[in-house]
Amino acid sequence: MSTNDEKQLDANGSSRRKFLRNSGIAAGGVVVGGTLGGLLGFNDKGEQESTATATKETQSAQQHDQALEYFNNRADFDLLGQATERIFPEDENGPGAIGLGVPYYIDHQLAGKWGINAKDYRQGPFFEGELNQGYQSQLKYHQIYDLGIEAIEKYSQATFNEGFTALDGEKQDEVLVAFENDEVDIPGIKSSFFFNILRQSTLEGAYSDPLYGGNKDMQGWKMKEYPGVQMSYSDEQVASKEFIEIKPASLHNTHN
Amino acid sequence: MVTKLPKTDVVTVGVGWTGGIIAAEASKAGLKVVGLERGENRGTANFAMKHDELRYALRGELMQDLSRETLTFRNNSDQRALPMRQYGSFMLGNGVGGAGTHWNGMTDRYNPYDFEIKSKTIERYGESKIADGLLIQDWGITYDEMEPYYTKFEKMAGISADETPLRGERSEPFPNPALKHGPELDLFKEATKKMGLDPFTMPAANNSQQYTNPDGQTLASCQMNGFCERFGCEYGAKASPNVTVIPAALKTGNFDLRPNSEVIEVLHEGGKATGVIYVDTRTGEKFEQPADIVAITSYTFNNNRLLLNSKLGTPYNPETGKGTIGKNYCYQVIVGTDGFFDDRKFNTAIGSGGLGATLDNFNADNFDHTDVDFIHGGAIIMNQSGKRPIDNNQVPPGTPRWGKEFKEQSLKYYNRMVNVHTYGATLPHVDNYLDLDPTYKDVHGNPLLRMTFDFSETDRKRGKFLNDKTKEIMLEMGATHVSENESVEHYDITKYQATHNTGGVIMGADPETSAVNNYLQMWEADNVFVVGGSAYPHQSGYNATHTLGALAYRASEGIIKFSKEGGKLA
Repeated sequence: MSTNDEKQLDANGSSRRKFLRNSGIAAGGVVVGGTLGGLLGFNDKGEQESTATATKETQSAQQHDQALEYFNNRADFDLLGQATERIFPEDENGPGAIGLGVPYYIDHQLAGKWGINAKDYRQGPFFEGELNQGYQSQLKYHQIYDLGIEAIEKYSQATFNEGFTALDGEKQDEVLVAFENDEVDIPGIKSSFFFNILRQSTLEGAYSDPLYGGNKDMQGWKMKEYPGVQMSYSDEQVASKEFIEIKPASLHNTHN
Repeated sequence: MVTKLPKTDVVTVGVGWTGGIIAAEASKAGLKVVGLERGENRGTANFAMKHDELRYALRGELMQDLSRETLTFRNNSDQRALPMRQYGSFMLGNGVGGAGTHWNGMTDRYNPYDFEIKSKTIERYGESKIADGLLIQDWGITYDEMEPYYTKFEKMAGISADETPLRGERSEPFPNPALKHGPELDLFKEATKKMGLDPFTMPAANNSQQYTNPDGQTLASCQMNGFCERFGCEYGAKASPNVTVIPAALKTGNFDLRPNSEVIEVLHEGGKATGVIYVDTRTGEKFEQPADIVAITSYTFNNNRLLLNSKLGTPYNPETGKGTIGKNYCYQVIVGTDGFFDDRKFNTAIGSGGLGATLDNFNADNFDHTDVDFIHGGAIIMNQSGKRPIDNNQVPPGTPRWGKEFKEQSLKYYNRMVNVHTYGATLPHVDNYLDLDPTYKDVHGNPLLRMTFDFSETDRKRGKFLNDKTKEIMLEMGATHVSENESVEHYDITKYQATHNTGGVIMGADPETSAVNNYLQMWEADNVFVVGGSAYPHQSGYNATHTLGALAYRASEGIIKFSKEGGKLA
């Protein structure tokens, strides 16, 4: 793990602590090995020393794309990260949204043409319409994210007297369920609409090509046993009666 | 300021399958053809980096830019139509090759019953079998008359298949053997055979071996990597206009392909078209392209919109039933069952767009409809097209949509879930039509097309019947869990179903009830041919592309004949 990863960890430390606490993985400060060994790089500051060796051994190039293109407020980014982690949490199968870089994926998408709905029809007049007439808001995706994150924080404060990132996992889930069930007011859109975009973006970040900032080290694909970018499958692979494990490749492999 | 260009024999509006076929056939016959395509030029060299679900499948890299043009939609005439602001139910093609560049490759002929649906239904069940409000009519052509054109398309594209029980008779075998497939399709075939049904491998335009077509174009062998639908093929193994008819047309020296050229009006006077006006989408410059024959060869929606905006033909009036342009808009009833197998695991990423197993026992009039209150049916299909990971997170019923359990189950079942579904017929209804939207405009300030559409009662009954069949099959296949029944209620433009939109400029034998004759020549302007899914009087229970390819060959024959003799061809 690079030092860059450790910095990311620091920013999301509270989420990490909570994950370890909730899952019971860190009992008495002992972190078990196996798949979770890979998680050591994400540890709290106090445990950095113990990860030093592992860090050197798995040294890779710095991930310069793990910086912010869209968000200008660290707190908003951290809240986003924790919300995505509840949707796609770290577990015995492997990393969750944060470990996969999903928050960076979303940040980069919001800064690009998707974030400003560049290929959508944007002419008025705007009317609410029926659900099956689809998206009719004047808001662009980046504005929806801004308003949604603001509403999550506001709802958390109003309901639990604490900010979203200070809540434990269960309470964070309660907040997200309220959004999913349209129980929260967001100007211009239904809260379920924001939640569905958040869920969709999280899955996109988990499983899109790593070139976009998520699916770190193709771990999303590995967990899913999806082979990624394969140029060709043989007749034997096509017709095989048994499941064949295929090492995934990404667009990076075909391009370089 | 409009620059007037020298006259050509034939101009095509759009260069996808239909424009490409007409360009190839007419230019081979010595006619000068200009192909106007609003999107960019592209070919196999542009698809090497295509293995990107996000960019191509979700963000629609190859699709029409909706910020320039979309359509509006409502379920019925009492609603306010609103623009389809982003993609959902279907994807619109753009660029040289059109939707033929990024189709899956499933190549079904329509059933003999389809072409004579009204006569055959009355013959077998009596007139009362046709529900009130349905506008079914015969196509003005029979299957036997269509057969040579289907064969021509198959030989051009190199279709791979072995046999097609319960479909129309074939004059020639398929040019290539069926694609190889995985054990999941064996499971489907074994289970359905046990049920007394007749499964077979679906005809595919993804070539099972290297193939050289009668035009001399060589297609490569499919590599089974699963990036077909919404993607261009990096091997030139999937038949597309880009690797078949367009190069064949260019080779003649008679075809002038002009990308980035968006036609905004068909010029006409006294029942004759004189040419078209188009805009260079990069410079904004306007041109007039005079032509002896105008072939309108874009997607169903644009074929309708261009005629309506050009005031060519008589618009359909849903109040009086008079007029034809915009009439009989149809879609497809798509329902199915997901099966989750605890004891089986498949390599679901391996596949090819057109690869699948299918059966026709519940399609067309292949079964007795006496005891059901609908007509027609749908093909039952299990695809092996290559599952994409962002789009496929199905979980057994009762599993939460997100969180720990969702993650665990969606990972577990990614390679343990298969789907059996149907492409059900949709029959035209008096309430469903296309016209111009009174409010919303495109980037040029021209009115958008307005779709007024909902499933009719008989579509819903057909959907339920077919959904039950898919569930029975999935249970016979031994799935541990199956998804809940899908119901067909109101048409929803937000959920992807299929890019199989048809009608509006329909063919037939009677100028009162159809817009074009069986050469797709307009009754109201005999030097205009309107070619595409827009010509289907109803939507059958199959994939839609093969029939529009066959009709384009038929229209080419008509265009060549008309260029020599003139006059009405039928």
